[in-house]
Amino acid sequence: MTVKRLMDRIEAEELTNDMNLDRKIASGYVCDLLSWVMARGQEGSAWVTVQTHMNVVAVASLHEMACIILPEHIQMEDAPLRKAEEEGIPVLSSPLSAFEICGRMAAAGIPAPDR
Amino acid sequence: MIQTDYPIHHGDYTRAGEASADIKRQLRQLGVGSATLRRIAVAAYEMELNIIIHSLGGSMTLVVDNDGIKLSSRDEGPGIPDVSKAMSEGFSTADEVARGLGFGAGMGLPNMRRNADQFEIESVMGQGTQIRMLFLLT
Repeated sequence: MTVKRLMDRIEAEELTNDMNLDRKIASGYVCDLLSWVMARGQEGSAWVTVQTHMNVVAVASLHEMACIILPEHIQMEDAPLRKAEEEGIPVLSSPLSAFEICGRMAAAGIPAPDR
Repeated sequence: MIQTDYPIHHGDYTRAGEASADIKRQLRQLGVGSATLRRIAVAAYEMELNIIIHSLGGSMTLVVDNDGIKLSSRDEGPGIPDVSKAMSEGFSTADEVARGLGFGAGMGLPNMRRNADQFEIESVMGQGTQIRMLFLLT
């Protein structure tokens, strides 16, 4: 599943501009503790988090994640968005809760990361 | 041989990750494979954050030579009172600011050790902490 197709499934809008939305999603992940994500995050993950500061982008970029998904209409400030564009990480905002986003990702066949 | 030094400042969360991103860029240009690259990037970011969260300021150094890729850090203190405790997963002395950002789960040093092929840490109270990591080129 591509980032673009997932956006339809979770009713998300893209907060970044001009990103490649054809990137394939390898797995889904949800966590707000950045230390945890640093230790367990995986390449190609669609990562659901309510955190919106600069370090979220750094973590997603270092792990080469597929996208960042903010639940419940959460927005991100300009500075981290511009950073995400530089790093090539699409940032999405969905009206759904983190629970519903993950439920729909699982229903769409997106697996959990390898353990 | 390549050597690059990165000054890192205490509490500078807005620039956290810039040194690690540059290290990753440099190594990618050298043709380091993506799995190794991610491992190094994660360890570098943990190293960078450790200086930002816990130290009075310091620096990181990237060296690439015949032995492999070396990442080291040194800081100006305050030092770690009990290194073995600091190395245990789940133990953290991070302050409220760090925790508010989602750091301070006590996974930084263990995560560095897990990702590096060799890991060494030395700390002297009142002087500072030095960490050395080696990544072998396979």
